[in-house]
Amino acid sequence: MARKNTGYGLLIDYEYCTGCHACEIACAQEYDWPAGMGGMRVTEMIQQLPNDKAYLAYLPFPTELCILCAGRTAKGMKPACVQTCMSACMKHGRVEDLAKEINKPRMALFVPK
Amino acid sequence: MAKKERQIVATTAWSAGPGCHGGCGVLAHIEDGRLVKVEGDPNHPWNQGRICARCLAMTKYVYHPDRITRPLKRVGERGEGKWQEISWEEAFAYVEEKLVKIRDEYGPESVIFSMGTGRDIGAWICMLAYAYGSPNVMFALSGLACYSPRIAAVTTVQGDYCILDASQWFPARYEDPRYTRPECIVIWGYNIPSTCPDNVFGHWITDLMKQGTKIICIDPRLTFFASRAEKWLQLRPGTDGALAMGFLNVILNEKLYDEKFVSDWTNAPHLVRTDTGKLLRAGDLPGDGNAADFVVWDAVAGKPAVWDTADVTYKAAGVRPALEGEYQVKLACGQTVQCTTVWDTFRRKVAEYPLDKVAEITLVPADDIRAAARLYATSKPAAIHWGEPIDMTPAITPTTQAIADLWAITGNLDVPGGNVISRYAFDAVAYALPGAKGAIKLKSAEMDKKRIGADKYGPLGKFIWRAHTDLVIDQIFTGEPYPVKGMWLQTTNPLSGIGMDPRKWQKALEKLDFVAVVDLFMTPTAQLADIILPAASFLEKESIRSWWIPLQTINKAIDVAECKSDVEINFELARRLDPEFKWNTVHELFDEILANSGMTFAELQEKGWAFPPEGHPSAPYRRFEKGLLRADGKPGFRTPSGKFELHSTLREEWGLEPVAHYEEPPFTPVSRPDLAAEYPLILCTGRRSAAFFISEHRNIPWLRALDPDPVVEIHPRKAQELGIGNGEWVWVENWLGKCKLKAKVTLEVPEWMVMAAHGWWFPEEKTAAPDLCGTFRSNINTLIPMNAVGQDGLGSPIKHMLCKVYKVRGDEA
Repeated sequence: MARKNTGYGLLIDYEYCTGCHACEIACAQEYDWPAGMGGMRVTEMIQQLPNDKAYLAYLPFPTELCILCAGRTAKGMKPACVQTCMSACMKHGRVEDLAKEINKPRMALFVPK
Repeated sequence: MAKKERQIVATTAWSAGPGCHGGCGVLAHIEDGRLVKVEGDPNHPWNQGRICARCLAMTKYVYHPDRITRPLKRVGERGEGKWQEISWEEAFAYVEEKLVKIRDEYGPESVIFSMGTGRDIGAWICMLAYAYGSPNVMFALSGLACYSPRIAAVTTVQGDYCILDASQWFPARYEDPRYTRPECIVIWGYNIPSTCPDNVFGHWITDLMKQGTKIICIDPRLTFFASRAEKWLQLRPGTDGALAMGFLNVILNEKLYDEKFVSDWTNAPHLVRTDTGKLLRAGDLPGDGNAADFVVWDAVAGKPAVWDTADVTYKAAGVRPALEGEYQVKLACGQTVQCTTVWDTFRRKVAEYPLDKVAEITLVPADDIRAAARLYATSKPAAIHWGEPIDMTPAITPTTQAIADLWAITGNLDVPGGNVISRYAFDAVAYALPGAKGAIKLKSAEMDKKRIGADKYGPLGKFIWRAHTDLVIDQIFTGEPYPVKGMWLQTTNPLSGIGMDPRKWQKALEKLDFVAVVDLFMTPTAQLADIILPAASFLEKESIRSWWIPLQTINKAIDVAECKSDVEINFELARRLDPEFKWNTVHELFDEILANSGMTFAELQEKGWAFPPEGHPSAPYRRFEKGLLRADGKPGFRTPSGKFELHSTLREEWGLEPVAHYEEPPFTPVSRPDLAAEYPLILCTGRRSAAFFISEHRNIPWLRALDPDPVVEIHPRKAQELGIGNGEWVWVENWLGKCKLKAKVTLEVPEWMVMAAHGWWFPEEKTAAPDLCGTFRSNINTLIPMNAVGQDGLGSPIKHMLCKVYKVRGDEA
């Protein structure tokens, strides 16, 4: 039988992710991950477009290590990555609530756990 | 096990640690006196809980096993890497003895006090230098090419500096009714999200974008903003001045300027003599006119009228100054000269930059320039937010002037959502920057006469209280006009970071009798010292952040071994070196700096931060109308004319071209086609990284993992042509030297340019000379000369050199 998700997720408005990597280090700090590991990974993507144009995007991706900061959220706090996000482009919440907030392009809803 | 008690200390992040100019509100979580976590302070109006990767890595920074925690005295040869730990008392006595010896033998000016960028040091290093008697405080970058040139250039024409208005003047921020969001922001050469907040917190711009602000991005490189801009102008590095003139051309031709601001608040109506090209002065006219006063043509009376600079008004009543036209004016000497207005000469200068010519210089299509200029000029309000590349060209001042003219003539100066005049909050000045007169100053004007470069370069004599870096380094070798024998380097690592031609820096340091370094880690520069004093991070100190607004305190959260704060180190030495040193404690010093705020250090510390109230000269808006900018309380600006100066009086006095224009940088395919034949690629340097600040943080594993190697970005087509694959090591070389970098094959750069990372050294490698942590191996500054500064001594060709790139052979790897 398929695993059930927790009903919680991360909504990321990746139009505004600037690639500052704060979420990665916030996670590393929260769980004392060794360098290079963590619950969040920001990927730089440069897309080739027609007419020699290109588009630069960053995507904060919750990895296998992301536990959606269960301990923090149980205390009513935001996940470490969400609290620290320099561009304030990440949100934690119930998947069905977050889905309703997808109201513009370049948004992604992750359900890592 | 009993749960540990946690204390949370609210403080302000400012170097050392994150490195940057700082200002973010931080919560330091402490258990048993030990830092366990750093978070952004959600209540702080500046960053609202947000905080950068470097600040979040503080737990790994403060307790890093490589931190220097006790003073170190050299015991072997200089650079040999043999050190002996000594006590602070021994260290202070040793430095005192060495400095007093140099002062007695050669004079205090023979010691240079050199600092890194943007630190909570500027004030304290001045305090020490001035107490010792030396006017030679130096920022170690060639041509001082980081921010102070821009501040000086803007101050030259408008009497004050200004920055993007992202509502940072109000605690309620965007919600404050006094604020208007800019419709458009021009981001001019600034990849601010992955850099330091040296203007403002970078992500305020994404806040504004979410509310609808459009972006014009001026950058040769594909950045976050370039991808999201309404208009992206991908210019050739170093041609910003031409582009700004192109913008002015569109705005003047299409009459998109604010005519009222131009005629009322700029010196556009002032007359210029066509025989000399200089401003006509009332002293030139018959009668006993004052040479400090300027002259306009009164269109009502049909004769010259005098603009009284002391009264900031016309001497006669009812003067209606002509903005345009040619006029015959009879002088006191009997001669009649042809005069025209500043506005006409400005227009003529701008007309020299039609868009087809600007397109040819900048490589930006004329239609794109036109569209961007229209968008900027028709957006009300609009703001310009600029970055480091503006300073990193020898023509920094005329470039800056052209850009300042843009915000002035479009009526965007000191208005909500425009470019707002930024002063020290409550006029509490610690930092000796352009125009600042604070608690810490030289004891006499006489002392300043020996300052290296002050007599040669106008801005250094008037606005920038620094010794001129390039001249200092040369003087170490020549000993003329007086010998330089010692250097005090405080949290600066010029060998790896801001020193151009780093081998020359090494030789210069080796030549000195005495080198002292204050730092947190053993850097390649520190390795060449005679003594190293261990400094504290921002979490280990008390200090003030008096840099625009708000006014903040830095509050001590932890102690780390025997490290001392910069202010404490400098204070103790200043006290020992100056029998007249007036403060007994660091708190007394802080209280004096804060005197204008009406708060003591302890009171401000209690609040954490404070905003100046409305009506205070350090709070916006439209202060030029309200008489809040000038000491005499009269409307206008703090310039020689009291106006925003399209024709700069000071630049005229310094023998420099007074009106904005473009100068081709010294080493480009245009200015040096001979060099370009062999070195065909434009070398842009100073690629910013979210992981690092300048030469710092290579030793913090969390951060290093984000950006592990010194990279050079190469366009895929160029890489293919050169047979270079992604991730391969390459040599970047020109006539000055070469360095080894790792190729990042990416569409971020155009085919004709490469972008190189700077600030590299390898803390994991052998520190002792000649290795010096491999700092020369991947040091892009090896390819950049010193002494290629602008006519006013400012700027340096750091963003637009020439190079070739080729693969590192297997046996060189």
